[in-house]
Amino acid sequence: MSSLYERIGGEAAVDAAVDVFYRKVLMDDRVNGFFDDVDMDKQIAKQKGFLTMAFGGPNNYTGKDMREGHKHLVARGLNDSHVDAIVELLGETLKELGVADADIQEVANIANGARDDVLNR
Amino acid sequence: MAQLKFRDKTYEVGDGATVLDVLLEHGQEVPNSCRAGVCQSCLMQVVEGEVPEQAQKGLKDSYRAKGLFLACSCQPQADLAVSLPDAAQLRVSAEVTGIRPLSEDVMELVLQTDAPFEYQAGQFVTLWRDERLGRSYSIASLPDDDNGLMFHIRKVARGEFSSWVHEDMKPGDRLSVQGPAGDCFYIPGQPDQDILLIGTGTGLAPLLGIVHDALRHGHRGRLQLIHGAQHPSGLYGHETLTALARDHDNLIYHPCVLNAEDEMDAGIRQDTVEGLVKALVPKPAGWKAYLCGDPDLVNKLRKQLFLAGCNMKDINADAFIPSTPADRIG
Repeated sequence: MSSLYERIGGEAAVDAAVDVFYRKVLMDDRVNGFFDDVDMDKQIAKQKGFLTMAFGGPNNYTGKDMREGHKHLVARGLNDSHVDAIVELLGETLKELGVADADIQEVANIANGARDDVLNR
Repeated sequence: MAQLKFRDKTYEVGDGATVLDVLLEHGQEVPNSCRAGVCQSCLMQVVEGEVPEQAQKGLKDSYRAKGLFLACSCQPQADLAVSLPDAAQLRVSAEVTGIRPLSEDVMELVLQTDAPFEYQAGQFVTLWRDERLGRSYSIASLPDDDNGLMFHIRKVARGEFSSWVHEDMKPGDRLSVQGPAGDCFYIPGQPDQDILLIGTGTGLAPLLGIVHDALRHGHRGRLQLIHGAQHPSGLYGHETLTALARDHDNLIYHPCVLNAEDEMDAGIRQDTVEGLVKALVPKPAGWKAYLCGDPDLVNKLRKQLFLAGCNMKDINADAFIPSTPADRIG
């Protein structure tokens, strides 16, 4: 049986999803405040890392990285509602790209699994 | 904490500090300019150890292979020994063969290099007056143009290099050329793609190269070229481009200024560049874009085009980052 990452389409799917996803994030007033001052090249690279992880692909993220990487955002008010919004935008992105509902749910579960580390709880 | 070795001395590298920070802090002289990983003025060479990937970003393969890296973008994670590369292997000397004003504050400079110099239209180089003073400029000429390397040099208030060019330079003067660098150039293979080229001030220089290169390759898609300036006098390519656009149906030239004047040419619009882009290409999905000039505007346009549907990989940006003023160093 193929893995989630293979079913979604691997690296090519990450490349296809990153523009759509990042555009949604920048246009969404619930979360775009956290992304305003960030260099767009660096941001795209980070988004690719995030999508690869959420799609169940190869990644080297540790809980500690997640905590360190989001600490300054938690200090600026990052909370559950923002994580909810990101998971929602991720779902919309995958739906547009034609990913099956069951796989979208699995991606959401992986993303939600990082919630406590991201929010430094 | 990582240790940094340079000229028989060893320094501690503080958290988040770059090789350039550490060396300047200890009074070592390292050429540098933008401090943003763009201009390549602060090239150094690895003697022992390894540098993080970020420190070699944008360097050509032959530079990477020699262990060259950018001191301003290198935060060493482990012990490292470095040296300044031999300038002769990076630079080629050149002679000034032409210099003439294009507008009140833009000078055209033409150089003949002593050895053949390979580049792509739209790339940039660093010009060095001497060991200490180097500045990056976009190339405005085409590679197979036998007349030499051409640059548009804008006069910057209290700018050391541009003052030299504008006030003292004469044919026969010598300087050296390092590079080329940058990925703002025409890539053949999609002759029907529409292309948006946006430049402010001397951001026009690389765009001219790209436009000529595209036309030479027989590009069939639209080439929408926007040149923005404060005043009509800043539109230094106006006559050339108006004529070029007359000869090529797919080249459309849009001069625009923030401050209109009564007697300006009827073809010039008073508008912001952002506004004009929105009006001309409301839906840039599928377009390729080249953005050159003022860094704030370049970043703003990049986001604007991306949000309006342009693919990130189709947006090529060359922000003209000013050199760090001497009074802000150390």
